Amino acid sequence: MFGTGLLKGLGVTLKHFTDTFTDDRRKEPSRYEGSIKLDDGRRIIDQPITQEGLLTIQYPEERRLLPERFRYIPMLLWDTEIGEDRCTACGICAKVCPPQCIWIVRDSDENGKPITRPAEFYIDVAVCMSCSFCAEFCPFDAIKMNHDYELAVYDRYPQLVYDKEELTVPLEYYAALWPTQFAEEQAHRAKEKEEELRRNEEKKRAAAAKAQAKAAGVAEAGDGAAKPKRSKEELDALKAQAAAKAAAKKEGGADAGAVETGNAEAPVAEDAEAAAKRARLEELKRKAAEKAAQRKKEGGA
Amino acid sequence: MSEATMVAAPPVADPSLPYNDTVAGAVVGTWADDTDQALFVAPDKLLALLTHLRDAEQYDLLSSVTCVDYSAYKGKARAGISERFDVVYHLYSTKKGGGPVRLHVRVPDGDTVPSATGVYPGANLQEREVYDLFGITFEGHPNLRRVLTWEGFNGHPLRKDWQEAYFDEETKPFKNRHPAGSYQWHEDKLPWGDNNTYPAGWDPDSWEAPVSYVPVSQAPHRGFGELDTQSIVINLGPHHPSTHGVFRMLTRMEGETILALEPEMGYLHRNHEKIGERNTWLMNMPFTDRLDYINSMSNNLGYALAVEKLLDIEVPERAQYIRVIMAELTRIINHTWSIGFILNDLGALQTPALYAIEEREMILDLFEEVSGARLMCNYMRFGGVVRDLTPGWEERAKYLVHDRLPRALDQLDELLSGNEIVKARGRGVGYLSAQDLIALSVTGPMIRAAGVPYDIRKAEPYCIYDRFDFDIPTLAESDIYARYYIRLLEARESVKILQQALRDLPPGQINAYASATLSQGFGTIMGGKGGYTFRPVEGEAYARVEAPKGELGYYIVSDNKTNAYRYHVRSPSYINLNALGPMSVGYKIADAVVILGAIDIVLGEVDR
Ligand code: SF4
Ligand code: SF4
Repeated sequence: MFGTGLLKGLGVTLKHFTDTFTDDRRKEPSRYEGSIKLDDGRRIIDQPITQEGLLTIQYPEERRLLPERFRYIPMLLWDTEIGEDRCTACGICAKVCPPQCIWIVRDSDENGKPITRPAEFYIDVAVCMSCSFCAEFCPFDAIKMNHDYELAVYDRYPQLVYDKEELTVPLEYYAALWPTQFAEEQAHRAKEKEEELRRNEEKKRAAAAKAQAKAAGVAEAGDGAAKPKRSKEELDALKAQAAAKAAAKKEGGADAGAVETGNAEAPVAEDAEAAAKRARLEELKRKAAEKAAQRKKEGGA
Repeated sequence: MSEATMVAAPPVADPSLPYNDTVAGAVVGTWADDTDQALFVAPDKLLALLTHLRDAEQYDLLSSVTCVDYSAYKGKARAGISERFDVVYHLYSTKKGGGPVRLHVRVPDGDTVPSATGVYPGANLQEREVYDLFGITFEGHPNLRRVLTWEGFNGHPLRKDWQEAYFDEETKPFKNRHPAGSYQWHEDKLPWGDNNTYPAGWDPDSWEAPVSYVPVSQAPHRGFGELDTQSIVINLGPHHPSTHGVFRMLTRMEGETILALEPEMGYLHRNHEKIGERNTWLMNMPFTDRLDYINSMSNNLGYALAVEKLLDIEVPERAQYIRVIMAELTRIINHTWSIGFILNDLGALQTPALYAIEEREMILDLFEEVSGARLMCNYMRFGGVVRDLTPGWEERAKYLVHDRLPRALDQLDELLSGNEIVKARGRGVGYLSAQDLIALSVTGPMIRAAGVPYDIRKAEPYCIYDRFDFDIPTLAESDIYARYYIRLLEARESVKILQQALRDLPPGQINAYASATLSQGFGTIMGGKGGYTFRPVEGEAYARVEAPKGELGYYIVSDNKTNAYRYHVRSPSYINLNALGPMSVGYKIADAVVILGAIDIVLGEVDR
């Protein structure tokens, strides 16, 4: 019969309408279930995938919960433990950046000798394409992706050319934003430190042995030949070590994944997530306060 | 002198070379080192060879026409090339499937190449693009005008000696970023106006002569018997909600009936390929996101496959599965999106569109969780993907593909497929025969809605698509309704693939290298200093994937440097527009809107 298709289609919209209506009445599950409450009634919404329909997020009163890997604009890390920038001005991020929007001036001491510290560090965030290559390839974990996306200003230049000051955040900020990755990196660093200590020990011993050998009057001609040979061996050993480490890590990672997926609804995972959420919330609060202060300052100026 | 060379030329044609027995003297050599078969063709024999390949060898699809400027080539293997330009053709067979026949035609600067449009009408837009960006004249092309840049553009941007305003350096990374850090902001340099140059003898103020829009200006006008009627020209766009972006349909109308229609594009042209040739190989990856910005995952995949061909990398199992999962999720996004907007173009404003893209949000959430971004995923790397799935991701994806997505697709089906208005507007509108579509180089859902079961996932399987059990749905009607419905059917097949892929997803590595990050070993394995630069072997590769919109191909040439020597994107959105004019003629102007909508274009990919 002509019109049945139309009616069927209208049935679908009608069902949507009633579903939405009853859902709103029932508030079950409430749209705020699992959401995080900020001050002033602001909320961060995280819709579970099993909840029907789509929640409208009333931005800016409400926001989405961002996943850890969310990437927007890079930030530079200030290592609060040692009170230093992590960046060594090696320039890798500037080289790998696709739109070439990073530029760095390396610092130098009073004699003009370059030192491993940036004097200036700029990112033209109007040009940045949020690819996160800089964060991926920085060998010192000094640059990471920030989650802050509310960057609107009135003028592109110079407001959107961020200098070192604007880019730098304390390590804790990063730790709160990227808890999983931060933990991984910390573990990696600890391991590396151990390795280095061990290597230093070995080197010392080797040096001592060499000195002894020299003292014993071993022919100096052998030295030149031995040097590259030794370094090559060392290299090979290092390579093997790295490979083993990588393999171990992978296995560990896979196992962890298997465990997690085995009991998806485990309360442990739940707790970790809640903790992460809370930590992030704290951070957002802090950030908001900072922003407000800054705005006040700008307004006064 | 020239006569002597003319006389001397024919013996070069070696009878042992392919096709020389049928088209004598056409193939003058081969490119031996390539994995794909590449033949050098004498320019004057090109058309005869193309005709032979089409008629006798069943190579009915001229997939890609592009060009390479060899004037700055630094590699060793092709150092002896004397002709500056190399026009490259890729032919495929929709009947036999399998790999391409690749033809190269070499010409010095200033020479012309015979136009393939007489044999393959689909060469139309691609030859215009080569003319525009390289300045090669195709003899016999019916409408050889600039297509991506405008008439007052100075020079041909993909020539190696062309430099843009604010030119910095030939290749990235630019030296002034570190350690001196003397980068200057563009705003500091030149004010507006001074960065413009015009071709010699071209004056913007006195320029009046209208460009000859050939099909539109030469459209026949019949009139209505005794009545003194006129046909009129109507511009749809460039700013028009029906064009899905900045795009213009130039139409000549007789009453409400379309006599001729021509697409005009390039408003969003950003010279993606030139940027790609200055970038290092890795830097191109996030740029591919910005082509078809609805489907960044499949763009990533195509580019990764092309470079992996040159690098000769084995991709680990887990990464293969993850890639397929991402590519198929993206296909569902694209198809539901496109269904929604076909309906929008039909006048069913917003309700079907919003219903259709609801699940897209859920998929984008999943993308964001693994890659960090919803649209610009930048997720694939050479040798795998950049990061592993997060804990719990698989469960959510499984819920989606087993429960939510099938339900949503059923609902969409129920909402739209039986609707009498959709049928009345869609049935029999925008018809073009399968043969015509293939001749126009159209690929993707469009030809499957015309009954051609051609899908690269089956015809020339890449990744691990040969392991999955799925069908290629086809419909015979080749009209708007079929183009709507085929997308629904294809989305269902994608769900099938996803269910299998998520079931079989093995544990293990996600990248052929320990990790994509430098600190964990990428650098040491991949080309010495720093994993962010590496030098693929000299050569060329063409990789194509069945992107949601059609065949997405990447043609890359390496001269063993850290940057791509040539980087070309064969974009389905652009090439499918070949069919827009022929498809619209004879229908009403209101139908033109939905005919365009059913091609499913994204201007980021059309204009590049
Ligand atoms: S941020 Fe990292 S990569 Fe960039 S200069 Fe500093 S240390 Fe080097
Ligand atoms: S995120 Fe990408 S574009 Fe932005 S600064 Fe880092 S490397 Fe450059």
